Amino acid sequence: MYALNELEEAYRTIIPSDEFREEMKYYLTEYAGRPTPLTFCRNLSADLNCRIYLKREDLLHSGAHKLNNALGQALLAKCMGKQRIIAETGAGQHGVATAIAGAVLGLPVEVYMGEEDIRRQSLNVARMHMLGAKVSAVASGSRTLKDAINEALRDWVTNVQDTHYLIGSVVGPHPFPSLVREFQTVIGNEIREQVMAKEGRLPDAMVACVGGGSNAIGMFAPFLDDPVELWGAEAGGEGLAGRHGATLCGGTPGVLHGSYTYLIQDAFGQILESHSISAGLDYPGVGPEHSFLRDTRRVIYRPVTDAEAVDSFLYLSRTEGIIPALESAHAVGLARQIAGGRGPDDILIINLSGRGDKDVAQVAGLMGGNP
Amino acid sequence: MNSRIDGAFRLREGPLIVPCVVAGDPSFAESLQISRELVDAGADMLEIVMPFSDPVADGPVIQQAGSRARTAGMTTDRLFDLVREVRAETGIPLLIMTYANIVIRRGIRKFYRDAADAGADGVVVADVPLEEADPFCAAARMAGIDPILFVSQTTSPERREQILAKAGGFIYLVAALGVTGTREDLSPQSIDLLKVVKERTSLPVVPGFGISTPEHVRRYTHAGADGVIVGSALIRMIGDRGSSGSGPGNRIGDLVRAMKLAARGG
Repeated sequence: MYALNELEEAYRTIIPSDEFREEMKYYLTEYAGRPTPLTFCRNLSADLNCRIYLKREDLLHSGAHKLNNALGQALLAKCMGKQRIIAETGAGQHGVATAIAGAVLGLPVEVYMGEEDIRRQSLNVARMHMLGAKVSAVASGSRTLKDAINEALRDWVTNVQDTHYLIGSVVGPHPFPSLVREFQTVIGNEIREQVMAKEGRLPDAMVACVGGGSNAIGMFAPFLDDPVELWGAEAGGEGLAGRHGATLCGGTPGVLHGSYTYLIQDAFGQILESHSISAGLDYPGVGPEHSFLRDTRRVIYRPVTDAEAVDSFLYLSRTEGIIPALESAHAVGLARQIAGGRGPDDILIINLSGRGDKDVAQVAGLMGGNP
Repeated sequence: MNSRIDGAFRLREGPLIVPCVVAGDPSFAESLQISRELVDAGADMLEIVMPFSDPVADGPVIQQAGSRARTAGMTTDRLFDLVREVRAETGIPLLIMTYANIVIRRGIRKFYRDAADAGADGVVVADVPLEEADPFCAAARMAGIDPILFVSQTTSPERREQILAKAGGFIYLVAALGVTGTREDLSPQSIDLLKVVKERTSLPVVPGFGISTPEHVRRYTHAGADGVIVGSALIRMIGDRGSSGSGPGNRIGDLVRAMKLAARGG
């Protein structure tokens, strides 16, 4: 609790300061490349018969939205006088983002990553090494994201005085879900400005993928009080009857990693292994705010299966010449489902949370080398 | 309150030795047998650990033990069966140690009622901070169970006072920064903390986390501890036992006996 109270205090006092905001602005614009474009997709729009935009977080430095949060928290940690940063990673994007933030801000980084994910995401493991981060393999439990978080939490309680735990999604104990939302809301704020400039009105619907849910919260947060449909695409895996990672669609409430939220668990409260073709969505919990938004029905969550995600991965690649991350391909998959029945003037925005280079080998393998 | 835990501390001749056993590790029957060995060796209180899939407060030894137990079919229902069987054979206080989601999933009140019915005297929930403790403490007291809370080196003085006011049975002093697991040296800060907490409460104060040797027990005894909790140092031996089941089992009893001797000034 000591570290969480300290972090909450820093959140309240440091982040609103002019000095911190100036620094953040420098890193986000000069270094990371913000604002990212809101691309009107002609081919997709023609094919789906409504006005489709992609929010291009895939064009952010590092190749995914994760860097927004990594830079923010690393800068905060530096202001707090922390000497070392640890992080967990699933797909490796958050690990890479944290390694980048650590390198540019001069803080040593150690990233915990499940053995299974290290196998699935070797490209990102290599990137982290190049960036000077230490990657520690986690061999416990399901050897994926949840176990990497467990190990990072164990490190943090042991080295709490000089170490900041740079959590990668809107999960974990308070104030992490709020803190990460704070740094990801730049996505939604930019969308609002960009869509107003291009269309002169708010969109009809927005879609994002939800693992822990940081890109989705970042996109949704500025629109919660507006008449905009919000859709979250969860990891449907093999379908809800089989193995999946669709916590909100197929889970029950409980406590994991310091949050009361929907979980994939058994009748006794043991957390079950989730499954998704995309490592970044392979998590049996979800950000607690998403649980709230589910219960209030402000956001509608739907599962998108592995097969649908791979299909949309190829669909976007071939229709628009953009290879999406498998995580983001879930959002594309859900957008294709909900585009039907809309008018040609309806505006639909998809958060393209990351690019797909890291997944190319995996998808090629699935296609048996015959794309 | 007139609980079995209060009685044990009131009537003690030296600091209480509180060994841990992981329920169902490596099987239900063997964990029952290990519990017997611990009681026979002189355990003054027994902590029965209900494994959770994501034990963030535990080091590798208890993680692996929990994983063995869950693979062998351990569930919350079977935990209460085990407590019931141990209770039938001994009068010493029995603690259950687990994680919040295990309690919440069963229903907080039902968990504490079931624990009391099975014969448990105290419940420790590793990942419930003071700020969230009220429903757990209330359910515990309603069921006649002592709610045991943690104080650690990073607990602020303000929170510490609130914890001391809410806790029952004894104060679980987290003796090492970090997770459970054996350690060669004990932290001098934990000795200081023990002395501070002793001054602030009339409840017994019992350190745990990292206590591995009779020498550690001696040091905490000299510093005024009312007992010591010994987990990983014993549970590691279960893992070393392998599947054969027999043989070095006596080593568990030997360590408990040696610690007991150390606690009595030997």
